[in-house]
Amino acid sequence: MTAPAESGGLERRFLLGGGAMLPLLAGTATAQPTPATPAHEGRSMEMTLQVNGQAHRLALDSRTTLLDALREHMGLTGSKKGCDQGQCGACTVLLDGRPVLACLTLAAGVGTRPVITIEGLHGRDGGLHPMQQAFLDQDAFQCGYCTPGQIISAVACVRQGHAGSAEEIREFMSGNLCRCAAYPQIVAAVQQAAPLVEQG
Amino acid sequence: MRPFSYDRAAGAPGDAGTTWLAGGTTLLDLMKLDVMRPERLADINGLGLAEVRLDAQGLHLGALARMAEVAGNAEVQRHFPVVAQSLALAASQQLRNMASLGGNVLQRTRCPYFRDPSHAACNKRNPGSGCGAMDGANRLQAVLGTSDACIAAYPGDFAQALVALDAEVTLRGAAGERRMRFADLHVQPGTTPERETTLRPGELITGFTVPAGPWAARSLYLKVRDRESYAFALASAAVALDLDGKVVREARIALGGVATVPWRAAEAEADLRGKVLDEASATRAAEAAFAAARTHGENAFKPELGRRTLVRALLLAKRMEA
Ligand SMILES: Cc1cc2nc3c(=O)[nH]c(=O)nc-3n(C[C@H](O)[C@H](O)[C@H](O)COP(=O)(O)OP(=O)(O)OC[C@H]3O[C@@H](n4cnc5c(N)ncnc54)[C@H](O)[C@@H]3O)c2cc1C
Ligand code: FES
Ligand code: FES
Repeated sequence: MTAPAESGGLERRFLLGGGAMLPLLAGTATAQPTPATPAHEGRSMEMTLQVNGQAHRLALDSRTTLLDALREHMGLTGSKKGCDQGQCGACTVLLDGRPVLACLTLAAGVGTRPVITIEGLHGRDGGLHPMQQAFLDQDAFQCGYCTPGQIISAVACVRQGHAGSAEEIREFMSGNLCRCAAYPQIVAAVQQAAPLVEQG
Repeated sequence: MRPFSYDRAAGAPGDAGTTWLAGGTTLLDLMKLDVMRPERLADINGLGLAEVRLDAQGLHLGALARMAEVAGNAEVQRHFPVVAQSLALAASQQLRNMASLGGNVLQRTRCPYFRDPSHAACNKRNPGSGCGAMDGANRLQAVLGTSDACIAAYPGDFAQALVALDAEVTLRGAAGERRMRFADLHVQPGTTPERETTLRPGELITGFTVPAGPWAARSLYLKVRDRESYAFALASAAVALDLDGKVVREARIALGGVATVPWRAAEAEADLRGKVLDEASATRAAEAAFAAARTHGENAFKPELGRRTLVRALLLAKRMEA
C-alpha cells in the first residue's frame, strides 16, 4: 500500500508470472454492458499479485475483482463464484492470512499482500492438506461447489483458534453457505483436522 | 459495473466526486447492482487510521480499524462489551475481516427496492419516484423515524453502540478537522431520503471516540434475527446501565433493525431513571420506546419484537457483573 497505483497504459499484456502463459482477456467476465457511461472508460491497470507463493503480473480493468482475476486471468478456478455479492462465501480466499471474500475485493487494491487459494493448500508431503483429507473422510460435501471456500475458512478457523467447540466452529464458518446442507459433516471435518493444523 | 478510475488516496479532503473505498463490502456490492455509480475511487486503506486504544477518556477507534479486530479485542470486550458485541454479531468472519468501522456506519439500507434499480420507485435511490416498500415487501423495514417518503431501515449494528454511549466522530475535510456527536451523523429521511448523513462532500471519517462512563462496563448488544448467525437484525438493542443497587441511575439505550437511523430511545431512558429495574419497569420503558411506531403491514410484528428485545436486554444487563 505505498506507491499510487498506475492507471494509464491501455495496452494489452500477457500474464508473465507463475509459469503459466495465458492470454489476458479484455474486461472482466462480469462487466455489465453499460449504457449511459460516464465520460471515461474503465482504466487498465498494471499490477503484480502474489498468489500461492507466485508473482502474477497482470494488466486488468480497474473493475476486476480478485475473484475474476483469479478465475479469468490466472486460471485458478478453484475459488467459486456463488453470488458475486458477498453473501455465500464460495469465493473465500486468505488475504494476509485472513479469510476474505474475493468477489468484493478489487484486484487493484490487493497490492503486495499474499493471497492463498484452495490451489495453494497442501500437506507437509505435498499431498492433500489435512483439512482437505478431513472433508473427504467426513463426507463434508455433496455437489462440492461451496467446498473450496469452506476449506479455506476452516483452515483459518483452526489457525486462529476458533475450533474449540462445534458452536464456535459454526459461528466462525457462518459466512460459508452450503446449499446441500452438509453443515454437520463440515463441523465434523473441522474437528477431525483441528489437531493436525498449526495454530497461529 | 460501470467504469471508474482507481487511485490510492493521499489523504483527505478528497475533491467532490471522489468516493472513498475502504473494505468495499458495501460499495462494490452496490456498484455491481448499479445502485452506486462512482466515477473515481480513492482507496483509503493505506492511510493508517487503524488505532484501537483505551485511555482514561475512553475508547479511541480509527475509521480503518477492521470490525474483526475490534470485536476480538479483549480490552474492548471487557470495558465496552456493547461495542465488541455489536461488531461480533454483525455479518460474517470474512466480511468483518474486510470491513472498516468508518464504512460500517455508512453502510446503506438493505431495502429490496433500494438495492434493485429495476424497481422504478425508490425515493432514496431516485428522488421523487415514490416508495415501493410502503405497500410492498416491507417485512424488514422500519417502524420508527419513517416518513411518507421512505421507510427503509438502517441495517447496521455498531452504530447503535456508538449512539447509546454518546460517541463522537472525527471528520477531516476541506475546512480541516471537526468533531461532532455521532448521533448527529445520520439524518431521518423526512422529505429527502436520499440525504442520509451530515457528511460534507469529500469529507473523511477519521475515527470515533467512545467516552468512558460508569455505564460502559455494564453494557450489551442483543440482536434478534431470522437465523442465529450471519443475518441483519430484525430488532436489536444496545443498552448500558449505571445502577445503584437495583435502582437505575442512568440507562443508555439504542435500537436497531426497527428504525430509519441508529435510534436513541430517549423516552425509555427517561422512564427508567430513578426506578427499580425489573420486568415491569423495563416493559413500561419499552412501551415508551415504541409509542410512536408506525407499521406498514408485513412489519407489523416489529414493535412487539422490539419491545421484547429491549426488555430482555435490560434484564440481562442488570444481571451482568460489572
Ligand atoms: C452479506 C452481508 C451481510 C452483512 N451483515 C451485516 C450485519 O449483520 N450487520 C452489520 O452491521 N453490517 C452487515 N453488513 C454490512 C457490512 O458490515 C458493511 O458493508 C461494512 O461494514 C462496510 O464497511 P467497508 O469498510 O467495507 O465500507 P465500504 O464499502 O468501503 O464503504 C461504504 C461507504 O462508506 C464510504 N466510506 C468508507 N470509509 C469512509 C470513511 N472513512 N470516511 C468517509 N466515507 C467512507 C464509502 O465511500 C462508501 O460509500 C453485511 C454486508 C454483507 C455484504
Ligand atoms: S461469490 Fe463471493 S460471497 Fe458469494
Ligand atoms: S456441497 Fe453443495 S453447496 Fe455445499
